[in-house]
Amino acid sequence: MEQVLKRIFFPAASRVQAVLPARTAVRRRRGAALLPYLLIAPALALLFVFVLYPIGYMVYLSFFDWNMIKPKEFVGLQNFVTMFHDPEFFQVLGNTFQYTVWTLVFGMGLALAAACFLKKDTRINRLLQSAIFLPYVMPLVSVAFIWVWLMDADYGLLNWLLGLVGLPGIRWLQDSAVAMYSLILVSVWKCVGYNTLIILSAMQGVPGYLYEAARLDKAGPAKTFFKITLPMISPSLFFLTLMNLIACFKMFETVNIMTAGGPANATSTLVYSLYQYGFKFYKLGYASAEGVVLMVIIGACTLVYFGALGKRVHYR
Amino acid sequence: MKRTVCRTARSAVSILMLLVFFVPVYWMLLTAVKTMGQCYQTPPAFWVSNPAWDNFTRAFEAIPFRNMLKNSLIVTAGTLLCQCVTVIPAAYAFARMRFRGEKLLFGAVLATMMIPAQLIFLPVFLLFSQAGLINSYISLIIPHGTSAFAIFMLRQTFRQVPDELLEAARLDKAGQWKIITRIMLPLARPTLLTLCLLTLVTTWSDYFWPFVMTTNNDVRTLSVGVSMLRIVDGGVDYPLPFLWNRWSGRCTG
Repeated sequence: MEQVLKRIFFPAASRVQAVLPARTAVRRRRGAALLPYLLIAPALALLFVFVLYPIGYMVYLSFFDWNMIKPKEFVGLQNFVTMFHDPEFFQVLGNTFQYTVWTLVFGMGLALAAACFLKKDTRINRLLQSAIFLPYVMPLVSVAFIWVWLMDADYGLLNWLLGLVGLPGIRWLQDSAVAMYSLILVSVWKCVGYNTLIILSAMQGVPGYLYEAARLDKAGPAKTFFKITLPMISPSLFFLTLMNLIACFKMFETVNIMTAGGPANATSTLVYSLYQYGFKFYKLGYASAEGVVLMVIIGACTLVYFGALGKRVHYR
Repeated sequence: MKRTVCRTARSAVSILMLLVFFVPVYWMLLTAVKTMGQCYQTPPAFWVSNPAWDNFTRAFEAIPFRNMLKNSLIVTAGTLLCQCVTVIPAAYAFARMRFRGEKLLFGAVLATMMIPAQLIFLPVFLLFSQAGLINSYISLIIPHGTSAFAIFMLRQTFRQVPDELLEAARLDKAGQWKIITRIMLPLARPTLLTLCLLTLVTTWSDYFWPFVMTTNNDVRTLSVGVSMLRIVDGGVDYPLPFLWNRWSGRCTG
């Protein structure tokens, strides 16, 4: 992972470092050997207490039945058994999956298209770029509010526009078949600008002589894109997809504000369900079990992602 | 012929993009100054001639605005300060020093980037409630007091500082402290600025953490306050949230 990150953010540096020794060996006095540990201690202590320990405690809690009032009762794997027999859990899992896949596909796909569209550095393109970046700098809470109002079934702008072209209004957030797609729409609207920005800056890093060579070989625009642009920006795409994936898994704000998981659990995601079981129903053991499942999913995704795709990414 | 078609299509796409991204924002600003009646009007009004500025006063009164603004400022500044104190030394050690377990520890730091706060808030909440620290600034600031991403970015920047400079500093008998403050930090200024800005924006607009770590309004931040406007009004009084959005949107932008 270190290598991947390094090559994405510091492509030039990793090449230079291959030639120059990164650090000079310095003779140290004995006491100085402790210094690096002292320097990293505050950061590591915080990460330990607020990331590592909570994970351990979560796994521990998942074997217990506890509602914060009565003493903890050890139930073994009962929480997991209940969970895997609960159709609601699978609905939540499916929702999370649905949300993640579509947000990724549209968020990355549209960003890629927008980046190609805005590649030339002209005044109008710069305006468009800041326009699509605008939602990214707004707090998610505000974004959720705007869209709740735009998607209002009776007075919303979207349904009014649909009415103009003679289509029936959609109950964006109340219809269980539509609600999840409404949330996906909002997420894509919010994240596409950032993705475009990263992809654009990656595209600008592709050396011009490669395009020159492609032109001399009479490669068409499609071929140039797939054979040169895409491989050259693949490290950025790789990283961006992973970050988007994690962002999808942790999405909470839009669900909580726009739909509160409803209608009929149609928009409840794993994180939202975890929050509900923990803070609303006080089933801490069950909530922790859901957390463990989410953690395993994230871990598996990261491993598979680095294992399967990481090798195919083209690094200069 | 083909060129004109191309250009028309291009313009059409450009205009569509502008509309899709500007109209919702414009709609938010507009709704902020609409009266109730204007909000529920069909066809919707695209312009209001006499803006209802008193929406702002009403929103400021609906939630403890002053207190929440203060909380947002304290939490953002505290998080920023705490991250500086933890990230800079750690990045320096990982970049310029060699010690046992360096690789393993750095790998562990990077791995924590994959764990979102939304996954572990429950144990952290229990931890703080055992310590009696729920509804305190500590519970909002300290858990975000360091950043794996920032450590990584700063470490890479520190590594790019030429060795000759450090060599010269050592010949002048500069201590580690002097090397960090006089050489490393000034040279890493662009990265530092970017990281600070990133922390500032994420902390200011963060909703989830203050939402789950508080049970009353004492230390709640503005983003939670904004969401409360809707809950307080039962989702009926829409103009209020809108104005709020505008306000917080401007502050984070």
